[in-house]
Amino acid sequence: MAAAAIHASPSKLKTWWTILRICIEERLVYRGDFALGTLMRFLPLVTQVFLWSAVFAGTKQQEIAGYSYRDFVAYYLLTNVARAFSSMPGLATGIARQVRGGEIKKFLIQPVDMVGFLLLSRVAHKLVYYGVALAPFALVFYLCRGFFNGWPDAATMTAFVASLLMGFLIGFYMEALMGMLGFWMLEVSSLLFVFILFTFFFSGHMFPIDMLSGWLGWFFRQMPFQYLAYFPAAIFLGKISGPDLAWGLAVEFAWLIALIIACRTAFHYGVKRYAGYGG
Amino acid sequence: MAIIEIERLAKSYRVYQKKEGLLASVGGLFRRQHREVQAVRDIDLHVEAGEFVAFLGPNGAGKTTTLKLLSGVITPTRGMARVMGHVPWERSNAYRRRFALVMGQKNQLWWDLPAQESFRLHQQIYGIEAAEFERVRDELTSLLDVRSLLGQPVRELSLGERMKMELIAALLHSPEVLFLDEPTIGLDVIAQHNIQTFLRHYQETRGITILLTSHYMKDVAALCRRVVIIARGRIVYDGSLSGIIDQFSGHKVVTLVFPTEVVPTGLERFGEVISHQAPRVKLKVDRNGIGELLSAILAEHTIEDVSVEDPPLEEVIAEVFSSIAKEPAPV
Repeated sequence: MAAAAIHASPSKLKTWWTILRICIEERLVYRGDFALGTLMRFLPLVTQVFLWSAVFAGTKQQEIAGYSYRDFVAYYLLTNVARAFSSMPGLATGIARQVRGGEIKKFLIQPVDMVGFLLLSRVAHKLVYYGVALAPFALVFYLCRGFFNGWPDAATMTAFVASLLMGFLIGFYMEALMGMLGFWMLEVSSLLFVFILFTFFFSGHMFPIDMLSGWLGWFFRQMPFQYLAYFPAAIFLGKISGPDLAWGLAVEFAWLIALIIACRTAFHYGVKRYAGYGG
Repeated sequence: MAIIEIERLAKSYRVYQKKEGLLASVGGLFRRQHREVQAVRDIDLHVEAGEFVAFLGPNGAGKTTTLKLLSGVITPTRGMARVMGHVPWERSNAYRRRFALVMGQKNQLWWDLPAQESFRLHQQIYGIEAAEFERVRDELTSLLDVRSLLGQPVRELSLGERMKMELIAALLHSPEVLFLDEPTIGLDVIAQHNIQTFLRHYQETRGITILLTSHYMKDVAALCRRVVIIARGRIVYDGSLSGIIDQFSGHKVVTLVFPTEVVPTGLERFGEVISHQAPRVKLKVDRNGIGELLSAILAEHTIEDVSVEDPPLEEVIAEVFSSIAKEPAPV
């Protein structure tokens, strides 16, 4: 039994590698679309920098909610790094479309785990994305190095990388869970619009969520959205440290586990009620 | 022992009944009426290993739903099915490694990549040994004459070529049971023939069990000894193809060839004249009492040639389908 398990592992790794390789190949088919999509993601960053420049120029204040202009630019650069990990364009709509159109059948009849397959597919997408976006990212960070107070220490960097990786998984399982709702409600586009809106505001992509005060601020700091953008950026900038950082990472991990369970459960019950639409 | 056992298998769907018009659409935002559709109604079926069985039936009869149930794509409302001892909707990997489903209207290959990449992925997913994979792939690509197309993106293949690739992908892991849902739909005559020839050869040499749904009688006639007619979710016939005519057709076609271009009148009293192209006349006659009828005709007329045939199978099946459609819907 143990020998079989040891024997099975390399073959499983080979399967994962093949899935990853084929997903990468597929990603590279439409070069123009891919290059444009990758590079255009820098555009919102530039507009955000201009927006906050104008806000600071207008208020004459040195700080807004504890953030200087310099902090804001650094923060936006870092949230873009975090979103490069946690954003999953087209994942939820893709799952819902496959449910409605019937393409999901292939995952039900083949001995392959659909959620695992989609996760590997996303890893492939991200790897290709980083391959292309690394140089522009490095250039932007080099040009904007004056907005940062140097590199954080090794422990903070480790926490930052851990939060990025968990952010990737949280982003994946959140989106996949939204897509799974397609088993219950065939048209999920409006729901996804609301989800995207929530993600945009409450992940900290639009503004640092610690700017939100009162019950709304408290509420969204309990939600998993912050791990998609705000949390990694706040770690890098040293806004969360010590026991707060350890606790934050523990809560992020707990959210990740909860989302994995929710996504798996949704898939389990979803396929039971799946009606095999689309011929 | 049966390789496929189905007992009182049923599947119903709850479907939204939308009334016509804008007001009804607005009303539907607040209150909706649903209807229970019985796609499969308590069917029983046993299939022995090595059989090639055709499922016939009009659109919406429950053929594809049955295949979806047997392949574990959907879960039944009630009843039981076992394929090679597995309950399909439990979707165990042990079962999924032993069967394949090919749907003529659904693509399982990676659209933007060459088929060889999808094949390689199947090799890993199904855990096929490298040497065995290459042997089966080469054998199948040669049989279906698509070896030169392996490196071409699937989106650039013709429909017929794509279906061949779909079949190869489905057969790479050498399934013991194969479900085919209209595999020749939309294909031209040559492509249909190629697929038929391949399937017949493959089934004969491997002895696998195949369940096929098709609207093309040529597929069924060329491939299947056993035919199951499903209508309104129920099995209405299970037997040989020729048996359909015996069971459902009450008439035969008698062709009379007269010695001259002048065809005698009054033939209507022997049967319905279905074609009249002198000197040849075709009569639709009751299949009981053919002997007496021919004696009467020969006694009255000089006949140069006579033949008695069953009506075309398509015609009989169309009659069966339309008579089922006219029956009141079962509760």
